Amino acid sequence: MRPYLLKGHERPLTQVKYNREGDLLVSCAKNLQPCLWSAEDGRRIGTYEGHNGAIWTCDITWDSDRLITGSADQTVRIWDLPTGKELFQIRHREPCRAVKLSAGERFLAATSDAFIESPPAIHIYKFAENIEDQTATAAIEWTVPKGRVTRVFWTDCNRKLITSHDGGILRRWDVETGALLQEQQVHEDAIQDMQMSPDETHVITASLDKTARLIDVDTFEVMKTYKTGRFVQSAAISPLFDHVVMGGGQDASQVTTTAAQAGGFEARFFHKIFQEEFGRVRGHFGPINTVAFHPSGKSFTTGGEDGYVRLHHMDMDYFTTKFF
Amino acid sequence: MASRGKLRWGDTLDDEDLLPPSVTKGPDDNGIKTVIEYYKNEKGDALKKTTKIKVVTVEKKVYKVSEERRNWPRFGGAAKETPQDSVTVQGIDEIPFERVRQIKATTQEKKATDIQQVLATADKTVISGSIKEMLYKKRMERELLRAKGLLKEAEKPPEEDGKPGSGPGLGAPKAGSYVPPSLRNRGPGDGESMQKKREDNSIRVTNLSEDVTEGDLQELFRPFGAVSRIFLAVDKNTGENRGFAFVNYVHRDDADRAIRNLNGFGYDNLILRVEWAQPREAK
Repeated sequence: MRPYLLKGHERPLTQVKYNREGDLLVSCAKNLQPCLWSAEDGRRIGTYEGHNGAIWTCDITWDSDRLITGSADQTVRIWDLPTGKELFQIRHREPCRAVKLSAGERFLAATSDAFIESPPAIHIYKFAENIEDQTATAAIEWTVPKGRVTRVFWTDCNRKLITSHDGGILRRWDVETGALLQEQQVHEDAIQDMQMSPDETHVITASLDKTARLIDVDTFEVMKTYKTGRFVQSAAISPLFDHVVMGGGQDASQVTTTAAQAGGFEARFFHKIFQEEFGRVRGHFGPINTVAFHPSGKSFTTGGEDGYVRLHHMDMDYFTTKFF
Repeated sequence: MASRGKLRWGDTLDDEDLLPPSVTKGPDDNGIKTVIEYYKNEKGDALKKTTKIKVVTVEKKVYKVSEERRNWPRFGGAAKETPQDSVTVQGIDEIPFERVRQIKATTQEKKATDIQQVLATADKTVISGSIKEMLYKKRMERELLRAKGLLKEAEKPPEEDGKPGSGPGLGAPKAGSYVPPSLRNRGPGDGESMQKKREDNSIRVTNLSEDVTEGDLQELFRPFGAVSRIFLAVDKNTGENRGFAFVNYVHRDDADRAIRNLNGFGYDNLILRVEWAQPREAK
């Protein structure tokens, strides 16, 4: 395959995300402008200008008309996705690390890091259909134990939230009261990324303990462990096959001290059930920070510490080969 | 030529400029579309050109909204983008989807070759350690057999002076019994001394250029098998090589192959002569 190289960010990528149909791709990086791309040919459609710090995360509405970004400049911003206009700004006192819209998009969950005196927290906002009705005050917010909240998801018909944490912990929260319902140590080190399976029954977590794990959403039971032998920064589940892809590599501070081959910057494909690696796609010259599968499973995108987004359309043999 | 619509048949005969109209046929069952065109070249000759085009229909399902989004105007930094400074490029290199499991399947073979490599190159102490262990085990087994009376008295080692056939049964070792590596690959009655044996696998390379170094020879001869020794004759006074070298192989087959491949081989503008080294005259 001949991937598209998207050089819209000069800084390390933090997250790439497809919209529901898979024709658009949003990339966030540590530079100030998230980018909107055509997922077909990698053409840049637009940039969202206004943030004043690294963009940690984003979320796209079901019908792709709004984009929500969370940034280190202590704001959550709502954008008009097709035109790049900033519609609303929710100002925190702490950097925002993760955002997620509820099913039905009536609520928005945002997590904030610990900052000066404030402990890390989870904020739930009403997400208004009309932007005029949007408010910046949280419907409910609660603080969480020490450590960064890296990803957040709504589960159980919007009644509960699951969050991944710095210490390798998954937590489940009651949305209405903010009560902690369950806490489970699933990794030995920080969970860098968590992505939901298409049927929302399990999540894949990527951790600095050099493994990715497949975890049941209802019980937090670790079902599968994918050992890679290097830091895993991100992992995604294929919607098409029983495949998972993960990206990572050695620590960014170590990159310049070793040969490029030693870094292990390939995107690695594992079989979801057999937990066995069967393929690799190389290309990045820095650790991969984020991976995403196209909703059709026919292409995937990686974003690296090197500032590149690589958009891969799978060759025919990926679909025809019997890997196992 | 006032109006073409009123052409009469008589006129058409005279009018050489008039060409039959082009015809488009198909696409037929095989998806081949045929276009027949008539034209004139500069000399005024009428020519017929038939073009066959294979028509392939690729069906692609696209969301209706995606099709609409395709026409979105670009905004922000992308609006100022021109094709010259586009931030999107398609990679030039073909990036393969590397199969990882294939490599795993061949690790068994790899191990086998690894051992040979280790034998040829690696730390001698490691090898001798394992060989010692193996020899000890073999000896113990033999001792056991002898104690049981299943084995004849131990064969005498070959005489140091290398007289052939001095030990009983040396020429034809029993099937299954241990044969030291130095005695392997030997025809019956071939009981020469170790020294002689070493010379057997030695080949002589002549007509080397003065610039050739031992490293170059390594590179040249290693591909054929494990090389145990390379000797490049160097002039004591000038330090330049004297144009010949000896290369010893661990296995005779490898040496044979090297001779067959490298004799007459053009190297550094000279044609190499590679042959079996002449056994040294008995002193």
